[in-house]
Amino acid sequence: MDTLASLADGFAVALTFQNLMLALVGCFLGTIIGALPGLGPSNGVAILIPLAFTLGLPATPALILLTSVYYGAMYGGRISSILLNIPGDEPALMTTLDGYPMARAGQAGEALAISGLASFVGAFFATWGLVFLAPQLVKVALLFGPAEYFALFVLAFATLGGIASRNQAKAAFAAALGLGISTIGVDGQTGVPRFSFGEVHLYDGIDFLVAIVGLFALSEVFIFLEHRAGGNGSDRSMKVGRVVPPWKMVRATLPAMGRSTILGFIAGVLPGAGASLGSFISYTFEKRLSDRNGTFGKGDPRGVAAPEAGNNAAAGGALVPMLALGVPGSGTTAVLLAMLLALNITPGPLLFQQNPDVVWGLIAALFIGNLMLLAMNLPLVSLFVRVLLVPTRYLMPAVAMISFVGIYGISGSTFDLVVMVAFGVIGWVLRKLDVPLVPIILGVLLGDQMEKNLRRAMTIHNGDWTMLFDSWLAIALWSFAIIGFVLPLIVGRYLRPKLADEPIAEGADPD
Amino acid sequence: MKKLIGLAAAFTLASSLSAFAFDPGKTECIAPAAPGGGWDFTCRQVGKALQDLKIVPGSMQVSNVAGGGGGVAYAEVVSKRNDDNSLIVAASSATATRLAQGAFPGNTMDQVRWIGSVGADYGIIAVAKNSSINTLPELMDMIKKDPTSVSVAGGSAVGGWDHLKVLIAANKAGVEDVRQVKYVAFDGGGEAVTQLLAGSVQAFTGDASEAKGFVDSGDIKVIAVLAPERLEGDFSSFPTAKEQGIDVIGANWRGFYAPGGMSDEAYKYWVDAVGKVYASDEWKGIMAANGLAPLDLQGDQFQAFVKESIASITELSKQIGIVK
Repeated sequence: MDTLASLADGFAVALTFQNLMLALVGCFLGTIIGALPGLGPSNGVAILIPLAFTLGLPATPALILLTSVYYGAMYGGRISSILLNIPGDEPALMTTLDGYPMARAGQAGEALAISGLASFVGAFFATWGLVFLAPQLVKVALLFGPAEYFALFVLAFATLGGIASRNQAKAAFAAALGLGISTIGVDGQTGVPRFSFGEVHLYDGIDFLVAIVGLFALSEVFIFLEHRAGGNGSDRSMKVGRVVPPWKMVRATLPAMGRSTILGFIAGVLPGAGASLGSFISYTFEKRLSDRNGTFGKGDPRGVAAPEAGNNAAAGGALVPMLALGVPGSGTTAVLLAMLLALNITPGPLLFQQNPDVVWGLIAALFIGNLMLLAMNLPLVSLFVRVLLVPTRYLMPAVAMISFVGIYGISGSTFDLVVMVAFGVIGWVLRKLDVPLVPIILGVLLGDQMEKNLRRAMTIHNGDWTMLFDSWLAIALWSFAIIGFVLPLIVGRYLRPKLADEPIAEGADPD
Repeated sequence: MKKLIGLAAAFTLASSLSAFAFDPGKTECIAPAAPGGGWDFTCRQVGKALQDLKIVPGSMQVSNVAGGGGGVAYAEVVSKRNDDNSLIVAASSATATRLAQGAFPGNTMDQVRWIGSVGADYGIIAVAKNSSINTLPELMDMIKKDPTSVSVAGGSAVGGWDHLKVLIAANKAGVEDVRQVKYVAFDGGGEAVTQLLAGSVQAFTGDASEAKGFVDSGDIKVIAVLAPERLEGDFSSFPTAKEQGIDVIGANWRGFYAPGGMSDEAYKYWVDAVGKVYASDEWKGIMAANGLAPLDLQGDQFQAFVKESIASITELSKQIGIVK
């Protein structure tokens, strides 16, 4: 009951006019930042830190503003994923898979509404998890050593087959390409630069945001340029459709939201796993579990609900290690952590005792922010879908401009712009070859951590491979990975033979 | 006429003496990393102090120029913004380490002007609270006996400052081949401490500030502080390495450099500004809250300090084979 009393105190802190206004502003800005390709939650929070300083905000209001931006961006990322097939930020990647096909089928409004609701469910229950489980969950994070993290990433890749239903070989090629890209940069375990060609800009590797914006947004622009020559302006004649999803559809997606919330939250709690892994595992798990008719990847509402509930739950989960251990679980929490330090608050095991007003005020603000986001996002759906009515010839230049500005904003270096254009060309070629783009990004996002953890495990255990299976947790993760990889090969052969020849409108396809 | 020249000379002299004759205009601090790291923290905290103390007009803009462990920002300052008078760049021991190891291709420390330090984060070596190891010599003896039995985790890459600190200690403790010390690189000190708590590694090397939260909660045991004498405050109960007969000091200093072509007037202005921040009560509070220890070096003194530390890191890196 102590917890609830503390939470009530937190609401007393958060429910002032100033704090509510800050939350409102934060949620609104966050949604927009999240929707713009190239600008993700971590940039959004970083951009607003100076604002918090300039306003001279004390710790709690400053945190309320920044976490509202964080949650807002997690909500907003889905918008461009669904409407334009361009992920607004990296956790929204998986939402393109079913969200864009839904939009093409005239269900953009429903997709936005369902995903908004899923975001709310994920974030809302994850915040409850944060309230009641934070101290216990820290122990879960401590169960994960390098060997267990490696097994977790193997599990993620073993279920990769789930996301590209048409051609497994091309998906595998794309994932391998992504893994290759992730090896660029200075190798932390030896200090040696790899594939950097002496170029200092490549020492830190390829920023996945640069890769995402290049592959998705710019390649879209290139495809538009190519088609323009033929005078083909009718390729985006989409219907807007209804804005409020039928109750039947909502009810059908509820179980998916529930399962994904749990999975996403756990992924968020683990430092070094984060929201992208959360949405990825949620999607592939949901597909394995409930895709009986092969509708995933063709515009199944559950394929929209699962990753959105997953990544928003992960955003809440990532606050657990940040607050309780002082260890950021994602790029955004790293920025929030720096903010805390700048306000002379030391996150760590004692934060809950030393600064209860900050912690509980923050948690209360998360609840408030969530309700605001839901209230803001559902009515705005009808506004967002109007993007689809904008003729492509006006939309594409805007996409190109936002991409360039966004990427330049991350590093302030023109080198990244060149890399982005290169990725745009690669993305264009790969779309022509019908290679799915999502596995590439997953390779880049997860490959880096996967390699690092394998190397760490090997260093610690003096190169003894058997130590990768030394704990019950590692063995369990490996078992799931093997089951997840093998089972669909056996079961799928008997259950879904008729689907093999069907043409499939996959999200990452060219128009 | 002579009088007039004299007057003019006196006037120029006076204006160059007064630090406030120089107007920095719109000031900028480059943090050579993504938001959230130590450099970002240095820029934002000092920028805030400069603004609060009304040393700079208006607010200071912080730009994150990430990449190459600070190399991208360094190259950009040298090649593109060489005579920018309103720019300072956050730096630390990591900058010196990379300069020493030639990790900023084609760049040397003489290409920029070093302004001053705003404090030092002394290194610590720690073990989990239930570890059987209690002193630094005990840890070193274990490494001597069987180097494969001890994994040391740190937040920097191999060859980085967290790694070098352990190697210096091992060297001083008489470990013959320091390259045998097992070092595991993590993404930041926080992750490394977590793995110490999880029991994946036996020891942790990092900065006092990174470990502060865990020291307060009693989850980790600091076996040595790599400072010349005991730190004040929470860390005062922990012995230095020197007390235990292993004479090693590892200070991760934080400070600033400015473009090499900056005018003397502007350089003086910034040296003065950073010195004022350092001397302010506000900054003392920030240092205490973040576990930063005093390191008061400005202008020429700081320039000499950086030069010396680069020379010693170069020598050590050659010894352990990181630099050939």
